[in-house]
Amino acid sequence: MEKYETHVHDVIVIGAGGAGLRAAIEASAQGASVGLVCKSLLGKAHTVMAEGGIAAALANVDVKDNWQVHFRDTMKGGKMLNNWRMAQIHAQEAPDRVKELEMWGALFDRTNDGRIMQRAFGGHSWKRLCHVGDRTGLEMIRTLQEKGIHSGMDVYMECTITHLLKDGERIAGAFGYWRESGRFVVFKSKSVVLATGGIGKAYKITSNSWEYTGDGHALAYEAGAELIDMEFVQFHPTGMVWPPSVKGILVTEAVRGEGGILTNSKGERFMERYDPQKMELSTRDVVARSIYTEVKEGRGSPHGGAFLDISHKGPEYIKRKLPSMYHQFMEFADIDITKGPMEVGPTTHYMMGGVRVQAENGASTVPGLFAAGEVAGGMHGANRLGGNSLSDLLVFGRRAGLGAAQYANEINGDSLKINEDELEQAAREMLRPFENAHGENPYTVHSTLQDVMQNYFGVFRIDEGLKHGINELEKLKERASHLKIEGTRLYNPGWHLCRDLKSMLIISEAIAKSALQRQESRGAHSRVDYPNTDDYKWGKVNSVITKDGESMRIGVSPLPEMPEELKRIIAEDK
Amino acid sequence: MADVILRVFRGDAQGGEEKDYKVPVDEGMVVLDALHYIQANYDGDLAVRWNCKAAKCGSCSAEVNGKPRLTCKTRIDSLPQGEPITVYPMKAFPVVKDLVTDVKWNYQTHKKIPPFTPPKDTDWRMYQEDIDRIQEFRKCIECFLCQNVCHILRNHHKNDAFFGPRFMIKIAELEMHPLDTLDRSAMLRKEAGVGYCNITKCCTEVCPEHIHITDNAIIPLKERVADKYFDPINWLLRKLRSNGNL
Ligand SMILES: Cc1cc2nc3c(=O)[nH]c(=O)nc-3n(C[C@H](O)[C@H](O)[C@H](O)COP(=O)(O)OP(=O)(O)OC[C@H]3O[C@@H](n4cnc5c(N)ncnc54)[C@H](O)[C@@H]3O)c2cc1C
Ligand code: SF4
Ligand code: SF4
Ligand code: FES
Repeated sequence: MEKYETHVHDVIVIGAGGAGLRAAIEASAQGASVGLVCKSLLGKAHTVMAEGGIAAALANVDVKDNWQVHFRDTMKGGKMLNNWRMAQIHAQEAPDRVKELEMWGALFDRTNDGRIMQRAFGGHSWKRLCHVGDRTGLEMIRTLQEKGIHSGMDVYMECTITHLLKDGERIAGAFGYWRESGRFVVFKSKSVVLATGGIGKAYKITSNSWEYTGDGHALAYEAGAELIDMEFVQFHPTGMVWPPSVKGILVTEAVRGEGGILTNSKGERFMERYDPQKMELSTRDVVARSIYTEVKEGRGSPHGGAFLDISHKGPEYIKRKLPSMYHQFMEFADIDITKGPMEVGPTTHYMMGGVRVQAENGASTVPGLFAAGEVAGGMHGANRLGGNSLSDLLVFGRRAGLGAAQYANEINGDSLKINEDELEQAAREMLRPFENAHGENPYTVHSTLQDVMQNYFGVFRIDEGLKHGINELEKLKERASHLKIEGTRLYNPGWHLCRDLKSMLIISEAIAKSALQRQESRGAHSRVDYPNTDDYKWGKVNSVITKDGESMRIGVSPLPEMPEELKRIIAEDK
Repeated sequence: MADVILRVFRGDAQGGEEKDYKVPVDEGMVVLDALHYIQANYDGDLAVRWNCKAAKCGSCSAEVNGKPRLTCKTRIDSLPQGEPITVYPMKAFPVVKDLVTDVKWNYQTHKKIPPFTPPKDTDWRMYQEDIDRIQEFRKCIECFLCQNVCHILRNHHKNDAFFGPRFMIKIAELEMHPLDTLDRSAMLRKEAGVGYCNITKCCTEVCPEHIHITDNAIIPLKERVADKYFDPINWLLRKLRSNGNL
């Protein structure tokens, strides 16, 4: 057996997007020794791609905004399935987290009187999204990255975690490999924060980056934590549909926020039929279903989407407010969006479901394991509002960092033991694809998986399809158990994909089972065979996934009861 | 569907060679798509760094037909037809494997720059016209193509004496922030080595974010340093003026 490099910290944060960086900054501020691990280079995490903005009730533009309205919008957008306490904390703390970013050097677009500018977005009652043109995520990640590298943490980049280590019931660290050399590495720590983001790469058409293979969801599941709401995958209504090379790349909701209009091939403004009040600024689940339906009923654009037009705003305005969109269409599709419409259609975008955590500190059901950001579940319920993710990362990233540092401070770390057998097993599992003389090509298996998820677990779902899809997943699991790759351990993407596939298969099964169980339509989960929302039965429970020996168990658990004063906020109109 | 030949560097720190791959071309296809095709169909271990495939993360930098580019933004139909497309790793950084280079030096350099330091008492009012010029610098996606092309690093290997264009705009952004209180001109002159830049503008030409690195950042920084060291009174006046509320 090879010797492992070992690093010891109080807290290990896995993931260096908005949530991971914010957690690491907070844990460091508490005096903990922090190791920040990420599988790509620092600053490249998926958060860098976020475009439209970060939601916070600062009331800089619309003075009537406040946390109560933000809370209500979030709960309504999530079809009341959200963890109310998370939604409350989020709405209350987002403004402070945004202001803090500014103190760390972020430069948001300004109002005329020199404050942070805010724009409209779907499902938000007031102009609420703080932004920098359409590159808000870049501003956020750069600011956190700079704050982070000067906060005393150790950063381990291009290092992938494949296994969480436990001492009895408790977390004791993590195991992984360096992408550059392929060598194994062990992190010994008193607590671990998962901040690994989403799952989009399990689908064919997605706005997500290659990192979105659901590693954190799978690591938590394997370590015994509960996953909730896994049926709720957000399909963003507006991804690019042409040319094939860019299919799925996001067209920010800010296009609609800034006044973009959706039409079908007959020139009808079809949102009038689906949500006459909010029109284009309806919530994402509604707009995605509407576009999908238009296309299915034969009123789609030439490449199977809808038209989205912002050209009436004039070239100057568009280039200032939506510069990346302008360049994206000019360079990839030869289309000038200041002159004519774009073609758009639904794309897999965001995972509402994830690790079940406590609202106050991000603690999962496994002692010492914390989670924040897209990998955590509960905050967004059945449908996330645009802009509520970036704020979620900061609010709950900070809280998870705090929780993990406090936990580490309270336990006696010297007594934590790493089990050598567990390490050896983790290493052996990783090396298997090199040893197989014959086997499947991981790229082929991945591509088939993406087709299965796209076809059976997409915008609309139906009993037969779901069952058929589950069968297909079983076959894929079998195929993925004997993968074969070429080359050495030195920076070998084929090898990396073998492990990513394991994560994707776990989360795919979790999505499938949860989707089959929920016999209703709610938010992002639309069942053709159960088109109605069933508040009496399904509106009262979350789906729960747990590991049961070698099989996956699906069940439900009751939603926590909301206090009266919050119920009153929900009942009020704005 | 037409085919195209990709001539890709395969190797590691010990050396390597070119290898030709035939790839079918789809409409709108970019070089990164072709590299993915190679991974899925020929060599699964071809090392390529990428994340977003949307020109937003700055991971996929390489030299396509000898020019530093983002491979996810370089369309096959924009390159000369009927000739092989060569894809090489960035030359200014040590090769790890195939198209992946060791860019850690950039991160180490970044860490040397003292971060944003605001005054204690401010109401955080800033006006759009005062931040327009720094927002330009903050568009940087850290693709390091400018670092790769700058002859001071690429040909003269002055990595210990010059921070490179990426970090010139980083320093510029901090120095021009309306609420920053530090003065980094001593660092600029000595450690960061702004004097090495002889304004060839090669960095500006390759920047995928179209940042005017030389005109808007490096030249004003050079002026600042010159004023401070050769005309300190004028420097002080200018500093007071640009940081109006300090
Ligand atoms: C194109 C696009 C635009 C968006 N725009 C907006 C917007 O305008 N507003 C908004 O609120 N939301 C937006 N979102 C959603 C939002 O960007 C994401 O939900 C959010 O950035 C997720 O952040 P995170 O910190 O949870 O994870 P990420 O930023 O994805 O970071 C994940 C980190 O985990 C690491 N990691 C993963 N697995 C492992 C492993 N096994 N070992 C080690 N490290 C690992 C990765 O390397 C990475 O560092 C957008 C999403 C997309 C795709
Ligand atoms: S202008 Fe200066 S920094 Fe830019 S490439 Fe030329 S010498 Fe290098
Ligand atoms: S300045 Fe431009 S070329 Fe240089 S790293 Fe930034 S984005 Fe890349
Ligand atoms: S892959 Fe992100 S810039 Fe090319």
